Amino acid sequence: MAEVSVIEAVHETLDEVLAADERVFLLGEDLEAGGVFRATDGLSAKYPGRVLDAPLAESSIIGITIGAAHYGQRPIAEIQFADFIHAGFDQLCSEASRWSWRTRGEQYLPMVVRTPWGGGVHGGQHHSQSIEAYYAHMPGIKVVAPSFPADYRSLLKAAIADPNPVLFLEHKRTYRLIRQEVEGAPAEDRIGKSRITRHGDDLTVFAYGLMLHESLAAAEELAGEGIECTVVDLLTLNPLDRETILEAARATGKVLIVHEDTLTGGLGGELAGIIAEHAFEDLDAPIRRLAGPDVPPMPFHEVMESAFMPDRTKIAAAARDLAAY
Amino acid sequence: MTASQTRVPRSSEMLDDYLLSEEQLESMYRYMLLSRRLEERMMTLNRQGRADFVIAGAGQEAAQVGAGMALKAGVDYAAPYYRDLGVMLVLGMSAREAMLNALGKLDDPNSFGRQMPSHWGSARRRVLTQSSVVATQLVHAVGVALGAKMRNDPIVAFASCGEGSTSRGDFHEALNFAAIHKLPVIFFVENNGYAISERTEKEMPVPHVADRASAYGIQSAVVDGLDAIAVYQTVRPAVDQARRGAGPFLIEAKCFRMWAHSSDDDHRRYRPREELENWASRDPIALFRTRVEEDCLFPPEDLDAIESGVEVEVRAAAKWALDQPDPTPEDMYGFIYREGDDG
Repeated sequence: MAEVSVIEAVHETLDEVLAADERVFLLGEDLEAGGVFRATDGLSAKYPGRVLDAPLAESSIIGITIGAAHYGQRPIAEIQFADFIHAGFDQLCSEASRWSWRTRGEQYLPMVVRTPWGGGVHGGQHHSQSIEAYYAHMPGIKVVAPSFPADYRSLLKAAIADPNPVLFLEHKRTYRLIRQEVEGAPAEDRIGKSRITRHGDDLTVFAYGLMLHESLAAAEELAGEGIECTVVDLLTLNPLDRETILEAARATGKVLIVHEDTLTGGLGGELAGIIAEHAFEDLDAPIRRLAGPDVPPMPFHEVMESAFMPDRTKIAAAARDLAAY
Repeated sequence: MTASQTRVPRSSEMLDDYLLSEEQLESMYRYMLLSRRLEERMMTLNRQGRADFVIAGAGQEAAQVGAGMALKAGVDYAAPYYRDLGVMLVLGMSAREAMLNALGKLDDPNSFGRQMPSHWGSARRRVLTQSSVVATQLVHAVGVALGAKMRNDPIVAFASCGEGSTSRGDFHEALNFAAIHKLPVIFFVENNGYAISERTEKEMPVPHVADRASAYGIQSAVVDGLDAIAVYQTVRPAVDQARRGAGPFLIEAKCFRMWAHSSDDDHRRYRPREELENWASRDPIALFRTRVEEDCLFPPEDLDAIESGVEVEVRAAAKWALDQPDPTPEDMYGFIYREGDDG
């Protein structure tokens, strides 16, 4: 069985759900030509009229998705780069997130917004950002950020089956970097569940997306030094899987949270808050956050870009400090 | 002119296909009056400290009722805006429900006390839930129409807004997409001359919102929003042709906001006294009554009977609604996510 890359997993899942349900359609920029990352390659010809190019206007891409989902279709929007999603912030946060709440569930939106996020591609300020914290703040939107191809497949299917708006974040650096033999691989198919991907007694690392893979690499390196890490793949960023998060934090008593997003107001603050509030007595060290610096966006030049991003070396260094505390 | 049982329509002004029946004309009058009397009552309740907030469509009833009656209630989708009580009444909302909404009561079918009043929504009446963010609903209507077109479902999506909303990007994005895909959307702009305090010339440099339609390659019309019959006769053919696949239509109804922006606003700060005095003589409901009387369509006693019926209905609805249960603190929870499958 061949290995599948992240982008292949996304592509084949879109193909599968288009085939399975006539109500599913795709809307976004350049989709008919296959999309800039080739996620919709060939799908326009295979499913005529159901892969739609949208004008370059993110607010309406999301707003039209809302209307079509309300009507009873199962739309999947693509925002070409997550950095541009904020033009649709109102539509996601002022409308989609509360459609069910403000009608007591009489009206609801089975919709998905897919978007590539994250750095490490020399994309500069508007092709590299982490946008999850803005949207994970909003009750009513589910935010999913898988790391492995098998999870991309299962969680994208779960997102499409979900009767709520789901923001599905695809780390663009991992699209072709991360490959996996997906048959028999663990695959989370429930939105709202995190997974402990590696067990170790010395400290617990929380991460998602590219940083999950960097954390696993760091854990491997540290194991050679006798430091054993538990590594948690968060998978869903909203609503958070508090149970697994607390279980994993309590298991080692030392917590390292890693994200590319800038530190202040990043998701790490919320994780640290949950752990400090509910597992304080199980902690043996201050919670440590390793995040992008509070510089507005990701810089372009590779020297500055790699200085901005956490990586396996920085994660290992932070983990050593924490283990020694 | 004496009242007469003989119906003499001014057929020269009417499109033969869109003549209104006697019954429809009666409904038109009744809905306009009901809307006005409900809003007057709501404002009284506000001044009595019993309703926290009122935002009204007084002066725009002819536009709302004329347009609403051009739709197939319960079949077509509507994304109205917060002044559209008249549209909601035509689509089936009762006086009691309007009062529950005005008071934020637990049983308000629009949002169960979760939203400010006049933020409409009704799954069974096919009214999309709406927020206070203006123009977002135009894009939602486009999405509904896209879905319907994909399924060959012959519905029309009606989206309304004030002229203030047409400054937002979503107005442009909605018209553009609807035009590209020839979607069955009626964009209905109730131009009441003001976005809160900003006069139209501060909002746009062209005289008519409808002028913008040519930029999207779609049809448009400007209609006297004080004339319910003219509005119906403009919107109805647009709805019919959109249903047949002719694409979207932009209709601008020239209206007048009789009252301040909301119960929290005092428009004497920014509106000249003469403007309000001049327009008071052009109340669309009074104009309608004069017209149908002059045309001998109805004897005055019939219209008087409608008026007294509406008065009684509104009073009773307000009294009833005041006694209905308020939400409890726990009622804010639940339905943040829909549980289960996608239905």
